[in-house]
Amino acid sequence: MSAMNPANPTSDVPPATGGNYLTQTRGILSWVFTRDHKRIAVMYLVSILAAFLLGGIFAILVRTELLTPNKTIVEPDRYNQFFTLHGAIMIFLVIIPGIPAALGNFVLPIMLGAKDLAFPRINLFSYYLWLLGALLAVLAIVLGSVDTGWTFYVPYATDVSAGGTLMGGVIPVLLGVFLLGFSSIFTGLNFIVTIHKLRPPSMGWFQLPLFLWALYATAIIQILATPVLGITVLLLIVERAANFGIFHPSLGGDPVLYQHFFWFYSHPAVYIMILPAMGVISEVISVFSRKHIFGYHFIAFSSVAIAVFGFFVWGHHMFVSGQSALLAMIFSLFTYAVAIPSAVKVFNWLATMYRGAIVLKAPMLYALSFLFIFGIGGLTGLFLGALAVDVHLHGTYFIVAHFHYVMMGSTLFAMIAGIHYWWPKMTGRLYSELWGRVAWVLAFVGMNLTFFPQFLLGTHGMPRRYYNYPPQFQFLNVLSSIGSYLMAAGFVITAIYLLHSLFAGRRAPSNPWGGATLEWQCSSPPPTHNFDQPPVVGDPYDFGALKYDAAIEGYVSKT
Amino acid sequence: MNQLIASLLLAQTRTDLPPVAPEGGTFWLPPGASTAAGHTDAVFYFIYWVSVFFFLLIVALMVYFAWRYRARTPGQAASGQVTHHTVLELTWSAIPLVLVVAMFYLGFRGYMDMQNPPRGALDVRVLAKKWDWFFTYPNGHIDNELHVPVDAPVRLTLESNDVIHSLFIPAFRIKRDAVPGRYNKIWFQARQPGDYLLMCSEFCGTRHSDMQTRVVVHPPGEYEKWLTEASDPFRTRTLAEVGAMLVARRCLQCHTVDGRANIGPSLKGIYEHEVELVDGTKVIADDDYIRESVLYPQAKIVRGFGREMSSFKGILKDKEITAIIEYLKELSNDSR
Repeated sequence: MSAMNPANPTSDVPPATGGNYLTQTRGILSWVFTRDHKRIAVMYLVSILAAFLLGGIFAILVRTELLTPNKTIVEPDRYNQFFTLHGAIMIFLVIIPGIPAALGNFVLPIMLGAKDLAFPRINLFSYYLWLLGALLAVLAIVLGSVDTGWTFYVPYATDVSAGGTLMGGVIPVLLGVFLLGFSSIFTGLNFIVTIHKLRPPSMGWFQLPLFLWALYATAIIQILATPVLGITVLLLIVERAANFGIFHPSLGGDPVLYQHFFWFYSHPAVYIMILPAMGVISEVISVFSRKHIFGYHFIAFSSVAIAVFGFFVWGHHMFVSGQSALLAMIFSLFTYAVAIPSAVKVFNWLATMYRGAIVLKAPMLYALSFLFIFGIGGLTGLFLGALAVDVHLHGTYFIVAHFHYVMMGSTLFAMIAGIHYWWPKMTGRLYSELWGRVAWVLAFVGMNLTFFPQFLLGTHGMPRRYYNYPPQFQFLNVLSSIGSYLMAAGFVITAIYLLHSLFAGRRAPSNPWGGATLEWQCSSPPPTHNFDQPPVVGDPYDFGALKYDAAIEGYVSKT
Repeated sequence: MNQLIASLLLAQTRTDLPPVAPEGGTFWLPPGASTAAGHTDAVFYFIYWVSVFFFLLIVALMVYFAWRYRARTPGQAASGQVTHHTVLELTWSAIPLVLVVAMFYLGFRGYMDMQNPPRGALDVRVLAKKWDWFFTYPNGHIDNELHVPVDAPVRLTLESNDVIHSLFIPAFRIKRDAVPGRYNKIWFQARQPGDYLLMCSEFCGTRHSDMQTRVVVHPPGEYEKWLTEASDPFRTRTLAEVGAMLVARRCLQCHTVDGRANIGPSLKGIYEHEVELVDGTKVIADDDYIRESVLYPQAKIVRGFGREMSSFKGILKDKEITAIIEYLKELSNDSR
């Protein structure tokens, strides 16, 4: 598989002796019981993309139903299940684990020059927890006809009408989410220990690639916030099983308390979703501008700042729920505090491009569209942080548009950027750049056409989760649905050319883009133990030591 | 009589809801019809223009750099390698900081105004339940529509007897959750007479998106007239006519009067007829059965239907239940 053309002798990293991580051992069991972080990453990637397909199908069904103000394809209960499945799958199975568990798992140890994560068995265990939690959650939603939306607000979620017996309805879904939570905690723990303990002696904290700073900040949130989700689930079970009044008003509980618990996890979870995406963007923009990242320390510390501030903003989901005005004021203030480090990152990425030598290949196209999309997603967050304006926009399509711009547009586009960026390293193959552009245009135009009209729907007063809507909103809804079909077409094309590249793609050199982080010093794909030769640790954004070799269409070391 | 009932039913089924607000408004916002709307819209547009400025700046720089500094040959090196600039970093941290503090302050001020109603506001109690709104006016009259006088402060006290709902009047720029087990308050002062749309904006189940009603802002003097007439429907109507009106307003979200099953069973032809319950027993739907079903709906569930209905205790008075029974009697006679 790794035969080189002998007519083209080059100075590229020689292919690993004894095969790469994909070929070194064979058979299904060598995958099922693997402890290799790269194989586990590939298993995550395949599973997460399968979940993405499923969640995407439900998104298309939701958008299709909304083509007309009344019934289009299904009855309201079925529609409610569609958006519940779409939301729960996309949040818990795709966007939260997406970048850390799939891409992070693959490159984190290699970026450190390490053989594997600190705890390879725990890594495999967290994959199986993810798988089990995913199956349990999806099956429970389908079999229990759960139609609560992904937020599972009580008392609706625990009422009899929503199928809320102890073993039916929402409790098993939450048990699934509980398992997913542990998977996330273990991954975070593994990353933290690995970054602390497996760095080569010559790599200080400020020689870490920014993707690792982002993953580190994410891991802190994962291990601090996720346990609260577990506690919430346990409290719900105790309430159902022993009739302790905690959340349900009929037992003397307070439904708003549930919202506090839920968002104490779920808001930091938003940063679990976006921080790794920002890390990918820092790598891609620097490499494809052929220029040292601008403001390394500011980008690194802004990740940590976002992680810390992210813990003090959960109440901005409850400005109209009846929490006290004092709390609302504090949460509004902290919400605005998060805006600053986010803005700092954007300005630094722009400054990185200044006087670069910019190469507009697929990863960079997605990274630049991240700037565009995150610009809109981030700036529209300013409207929602302002208390008086939030009162009008809360619970409308403005929110739907805002969080899709941030979570779908930004995180997913960054994930696609990352997949394209590391694809040659993961698979040893290059994909079609032409089809990459075609798909990118469709996805980018489709994404904006889907979600931009939803801002207008929201400001004009269309509430979210509406099956029937006032006829005045139909035009914008049709635009949005057309956008979703375009975007889906873009993703289908992406899937086709990436799969095609596995069989017919050109073999990738070890460093096709000229990255200076360590993963580009091992062969593509890497051997199981990652490095035959110990990598040379230097500044991860100093491209001066690399030169372009036209013979292999990749970069090699000058020395 | 039947014709009258039919016309009442037609008038009361929610096909005649107004648009969110009358024509007008701006590209981004519907016309604002309350005193709060002015401030909220001003903050909205302040943030909007700041955002437009920064967005255009970011995209313009990005596109310009991507074009101006494009690599012309593969492997070309960058023309500069500036790695940091502390003054620049502090500048682009400080400018957004000042702007967001301004946004915070403006938003906070508007929010505090919404929290504190002026003295002497008209008090209307709001009960939200699946999937309708019940407004109790100071004289005790309960209505499904919100009627208010123009230019007078109105305070709403919200409660729910099932799940969380949220009262949202886009034209007034107000929203507040109705949470079971607690009272939430919000107030507004309408500035323009007219019809506006009120919607539920917290997901509450099957017919969440039908939980809409009309807000009527009366010109000076008209509100009192409306309230007097609406408060005593019995003065000018027969019992069955009032019953038909009540059924249309209170029951048709889930029941029908034409024999088709909906979320609940049809009300046509059940009076003094046998119905089968979930446990298999059969009972006659007589006056007491109907009364019990209205007040304690979970006591006897008809076979084939769920437990969606919550109690109308405190919402329907005895005399009104009697009127409903009279109307169901008429419906039964019709079907014979």
